[in-house]
Amino acid sequence: MRELLESTIERLLTDLVTPRLLRSSEAGLWPEELWSVLKTSGLAVAASPESLGGVGAAWSDLYVLARAAGRYSLPVPLPESLLANALLGECGLAAITSPLSVAAGDALALNAGKISGTLRDVPWGRDASHVVAVLPGPTPQLVLLERRLARCTLRLNIAGEPRDDLQFDAVQPEALANLPAGVSADVLQLGGAMLRAAQIAGALQKVLDLTTRYAIERVQFGKPIGAFQAIQHQIAVLSEQVGLATVAAECAFAESGSGVGALALLPIAAAKVCASEACGVAAGIAHTVHGAIGFTHEHALQCSTRRLWSWRSEFGHATHWSQRLGHAICSAGAAGLWPSITSGRLARPALS
Amino acid sequence: MSVLPFRHHRIPDESEALRGAVRAFIEQSLKDRSPLRRADSWMGADPAFSRALGERGWLGMALPRRYGGQEAGPFARYVVIEELLAAGAPVSAHWIADRQSGPLILRYGTEAQRLRHLPAIARGEQYFCIGMSEPGSGSDLASIRSKAVRDGDEWILRGHKLWTTNAHLSHYMIALVRTTDKPASRHEGMSQFIIDLKLPGITIRPIRDLAGGEHFNEVFFDEVRLPDEAMIGAEGQGWEQVTAELAFERSGPERFLSSIALMHTMIDAIGRQPDALQSREVGRLAARLFTLRQMSLSVTAELAAGRNPAWAASCVKDLGSLFEQEIPEVAQTLLDVIPAVGGDCDHAQVAAYLTQLTPSFSLRGGTREILRGIIARGLGLR
Repeated sequence: MRELLESTIERLLTDLVTPRLLRSSEAGLWPEELWSVLKTSGLAVAASPESLGGVGAAWSDLYVLARAAGRYSLPVPLPESLLANALLGECGLAAITSPLSVAAGDALALNAGKISGTLRDVPWGRDASHVVAVLPGPTPQLVLLERRLARCTLRLNIAGEPRDDLQFDAVQPEALANLPAGVSADVLQLGGAMLRAAQIAGALQKVLDLTTRYAIERVQFGKPIGAFQAIQHQIAVLSEQVGLATVAAECAFAESGSGVGALALLPIAAAKVCASEACGVAAGIAHTVHGAIGFTHEHALQCSTRRLWSWRSEFGHATHWSQRLGHAICSAGAAGLWPSITSGRLARPALS
Repeated sequence: MSVLPFRHHRIPDESEALRGAVRAFIEQSLKDRSPLRRADSWMGADPAFSRALGERGWLGMALPRRYGGQEAGPFARYVVIEELLAAGAPVSAHWIADRQSGPLILRYGTEAQRLRHLPAIARGEQYFCIGMSEPGSGSDLASIRSKAVRDGDEWILRGHKLWTTNAHLSHYMIALVRTTDKPASRHEGMSQFIIDLKLPGITIRPIRDLAGGEHFNEVFFDEVRLPDEAMIGAEGQGWEQVTAELAFERSGPERFLSSIALMHTMIDAIGRQPDALQSREVGRLAARLFTLRQMSLSVTAELAAGRNPAWAASCVKDLGSLFEQEIPEVAQTLLDVIPAVGGDCDHAQVAAYLTQLTPSFSLRGGTREILRGIIARGLGLR
């Protein structure tokens, strides 16, 4: 499955995500053709079970889609649609092939069957047909909302990707379903962090490729700048960060089963921490090596570095996930540390 | 050298199944070991403990049964050694024999050499050290001058090795020395010998480290007569053999667990209600530890598949030693505890000890600059 998904996404994105498409997308044009190809290929619903119109792929396979979305700066909500369809599927709801978004957090309220509240920073909010959110409470519920019912405040992240605020005032939800036992209310935060970690890993790989090539091609003082030890060691550090973020992201996906019932807290938190921390280091080195040309809008480097600067903050920044991990580890005491690391599951807080 | 990408690998179930028994054994046999002693980790030697591991089949695990091994895969050994290191078990006596010398002898040794050394290594009775650095040759290993000259069916060795960890505890040294006067290139003309450290003409002098410990030594060879069968591998192939060996030396859990004892005392000293900074820093270190282990397992899988992950191993070691060096810095930031030699505060003592050891973490097994040079070469920059 993974090989098939990888060859499919690589082929499609190599052909379709051109510099021109990225420019028009940043100018606000929705790439309709790109989405229709992803839809036809079945990739958008890959995380939904087959019985509900999806592909039933596990996260260990879907990892390659999210990483490719990062590497190619894919300007549509494929990762968000994967997660939204996974949650819909977990709740027994059919897959949706139009672009979907997700909103983590607990901003919504239910009153007499109607939903109200403002969802902030919704990825591709203006372009999504629906948004999936979770209604907090003793029994958390999935809420599926039609985007056209929202008042939309347009905003962009650093990379120029839509991150809109959607305000719902007593609207009829398209669907409302109890989250199955074992699915926590922060499922979208967890899933979103996992996806962004893989996207970051993909973008980091692109940054490393561009930087290595530039260092080999660019000549100063009569030799390629990559021949200088000062440059070599910086790029070595960059490649270490790429390796760290890549393994962390892949592990988070591999340990998270399928659907959203087994999203693995410790591996996902570790992945988002390592990936988010790598962003600043990697972007800094890449721009240092590229010099002024890398600071231009025309050069491809900014497509990736501006996304790194955006994605590290989304679905919980490094500090958010560090604190969550650190609090759990301290609560369990030192004796719980190593068993947590080897099992990938946080030890229970010790009784005191 | 190819750049093998890091891939996630889970430890196979049959190897994972060993963990419970190893943990139970450690808990029982080290129950009275203090946090400070545990901080010694793979610098702490205890031959009785080494023999006890040998009795349980946990040394030389990957060796064929006819040489006393278990024919276990590399992940089985990984589980055993990471449990030992995380608990701060005294593994130093057998460490190099189990990690490096055993696999080297299995790969390049004659049948007689294998039979002489491997079963004793697996029993935890024969200890090895590695003779590489010399007074004028640190990072520039190819510049070594110690030299063995053929004399009939013997070799006569003259020279001087430096920074040899555990030479004073070891039965044998596997040394890289020159065997040709005028090689075609500087990487040729070197060979490896298994040197019996009891031979006449060998003098071992301890070197005190800055923390007062005596782990490393200088070793003098004054006209030492080595039998022909002391050579391991092919004459003149020493450099290739040594570089292949280094992938084993650079990717294991000992490259990021050296300060784990301080993480343990730090977490206990913080207590169950960490403040915002403490939870952030402990969580950040845990995230890094978890991920470094995944990187290390990825390299182990490459070794298991018969590939040479020298590039990836260098990444693990560089990141791992930075992590080990950061822990004392973080501990200093998070707790108002003055590191102390002696006294009754475990955290203060472990902090004092490990803070002083940190410089060695990015020296042993290759300096930071050497590792980054290897990484850059793999990327096509050199």
